[in-house]
Amino acid sequence: MLGYVLRRILSTVPVMAIVAMIVFSLLYLAPGDPASVIAGDQATPEDVARIRANLGLDRPFLVRFFEWSGQIVRGDLGTSIFTNLPVTSLIKQRIEPTLSLTLVTLILSVLVAVPLGVLAAWKVGTWLDRGIMALAVVGFSVPVFVVGYVLAYLFALVLDWLPVQGYTPIAQGFWPWIQNLILPSIALGGIYIALIARITRSAMLDVLAQDYIRTARAKGLGQTPTLFVHALKNAAVPIVTVIGLGMALLIGGAVVTESVFAIPGLGRLTVDAILRRDYPVIQGLVLMFSFVYVLVNLLVDISYTFLDPRIKY
Amino acid sequence: MVRLDTGRDSAARVDLPPVWPPIRLRTGVWGWIARYPSIALGCFLLSIMLVGAVFAPWLGTVDPTAIATVKRTRPPGAEYWFGSDMLGRDIYSRVLYGTRVSLLVGFSVAVVASVVGLLLGLVSGFVRWADGVIMRFMDGMMSIPPILLAVALMALTRGSVGNVIVAISVAEFPRVARLVRGVVLSVREQPFVDAAIASGTRTPVIIWRHILPNTLGPLIVQATYICASAMITEAILSFIGAGTPPTIPSWGNIMAEGRALWQVKPFVVFFPAIFLSITVLAVNLLGDGLRDALDPRGQKDR
Repeated sequence: MLGYVLRRILSTVPVMAIVAMIVFSLLYLAPGDPASVIAGDQATPEDVARIRANLGLDRPFLVRFFEWSGQIVRGDLGTSIFTNLPVTSLIKQRIEPTLSLTLVTLILSVLVAVPLGVLAAWKVGTWLDRGIMALAVVGFSVPVFVVGYVLAYLFALVLDWLPVQGYTPIAQGFWPWIQNLILPSIALGGIYIALIARITRSAMLDVLAQDYIRTARAKGLGQTPTLFVHALKNAAVPIVTVIGLGMALLIGGAVVTESVFAIPGLGRLTVDAILRRDYPVIQGLVLMFSFVYVLVNLLVDISYTFLDPRIKY
Repeated sequence: MVRLDTGRDSAARVDLPPVWPPIRLRTGVWGWIARYPSIALGCFLLSIMLVGAVFAPWLGTVDPTAIATVKRTRPPGAEYWFGSDMLGRDIYSRVLYGTRVSLLVGFSVAVVASVVGLLLGLVSGFVRWADGVIMRFMDGMMSIPPILLAVALMALTRGSVGNVIVAISVAEFPRVARLVRGVVLSVREQPFVDAAIASGTRTPVIIWRHILPNTLGPLIVQATYICASAMITEAILSFIGAGTPPTIPSWGNIMAEGRALWQVKPFVVFFPAIFLSITVLAVNLLGDGLRDALDPRGQKDR
């Protein structure tokens, strides 16, 4: 068990190294001269030279790559061209809102999507099932910012139930904090809910066809324990896998949601960095989000051994 | 009622009750629609958008970039069907021309990502030594959230529709490669491939004749989903200022420009949002329908 966990943790190291290499190579693979693109049209040659030095484009690829890898290992993600602050400290300033938004969305999505998926599988072939699956298609199709604007318009502007935009740190109390996060989480969660509900339904359909479910029903076990204890537990592996893989959607969507709801998090940092063409910040953010994504999926892998005792390595 | 001729005289004819309800053969266009409702609906919505995109100049539009500052942020009405934006540009025209960008990006990314992914997947599935290298590389690419990968690429290049297509394709093709490799690995173990090898068929012919046709079904379905996701990604990129340049109207751009005023002038954001949602819905419906229709197991409810 411990050996398996350790081996899985070690196996993420090469993946992260490859991710770092890809992210680093983008700068060299981009067509044209990235330094002059980043500097913009009004830049003086000195500006371009300064940016080229900051990005290390004036030195050979391999030399620069090993320097940069050394920095990453020491936890240094580079320096912003625009503010001259280390990228790590910029990230630290902005991480709380994004973390809050992602966690609230994750919890909300799982709490909504799993019961919906179970319900659809239980009532398979009925109008309820079709309705839930149709909602899932809509959830996939309506982009996060569209849902965001509609929700903000309805519940904040027309009904005036919740704040329109902004973010309150959790230090100022749970209620003000969650109030600001309800609408963004629903908007961000839409596609995620659709994804999880779909996979829950199909995993549950597979499990419900098993003999032990028939046995459970035959011995007179009620519908709820059959569905949620016997079936859902055995359908957990694909569901948890999709929750982990869907984190990529969540991270990408957070960038947009934050700019719709004016949440000062990492997404806003990304958007600001794009507008200023502050590439080191973008590079640092991409790398950090990718590492988080790899780690989340590591946790998912490790959770398999708890969810399904048959999985032993 | 089914009449059976027993072969004797006419008096011996018996009226048998119907054993099962009469089969209504679903033929013709309507039958086809009844059999594949989501493909039909998807195609229908998509062809409306396509017509709008192709014939945009003749559908009551004006120059989508024409600025009229006197007439800015007019609500929807007779003169401006969808209203006008902060610079007095006609939103109806901008949205209709924006359809071109969205469809172009969606289709192009679907094609480019599928072709690149197909080639890499075939190589990976057939060439043992390349498999490890390619798949580790794909794992790395898939560990980067697609939107962020596209954002990083767009930050390094000048904003243009071509660059948007390349950036999103780069973010999408690893999943295709994975899918194709999976199909190749399972198909190459099939007896008919062994038979082909045993009868001396050359590898390229095996790939072309036996492997490739089996990858097409899943590939087409995947390409449809990629098309939908590319349209959303394009809108997101343009919305956060990393996509198509502001000079070319795209749905993401229009929404980005309406962002500052959306609380008082929601229509600027509303119309492109509706168009985007309907188009993506159409493509997703098409994908779901194709998946059910092309699934050889025919499990319609999965």
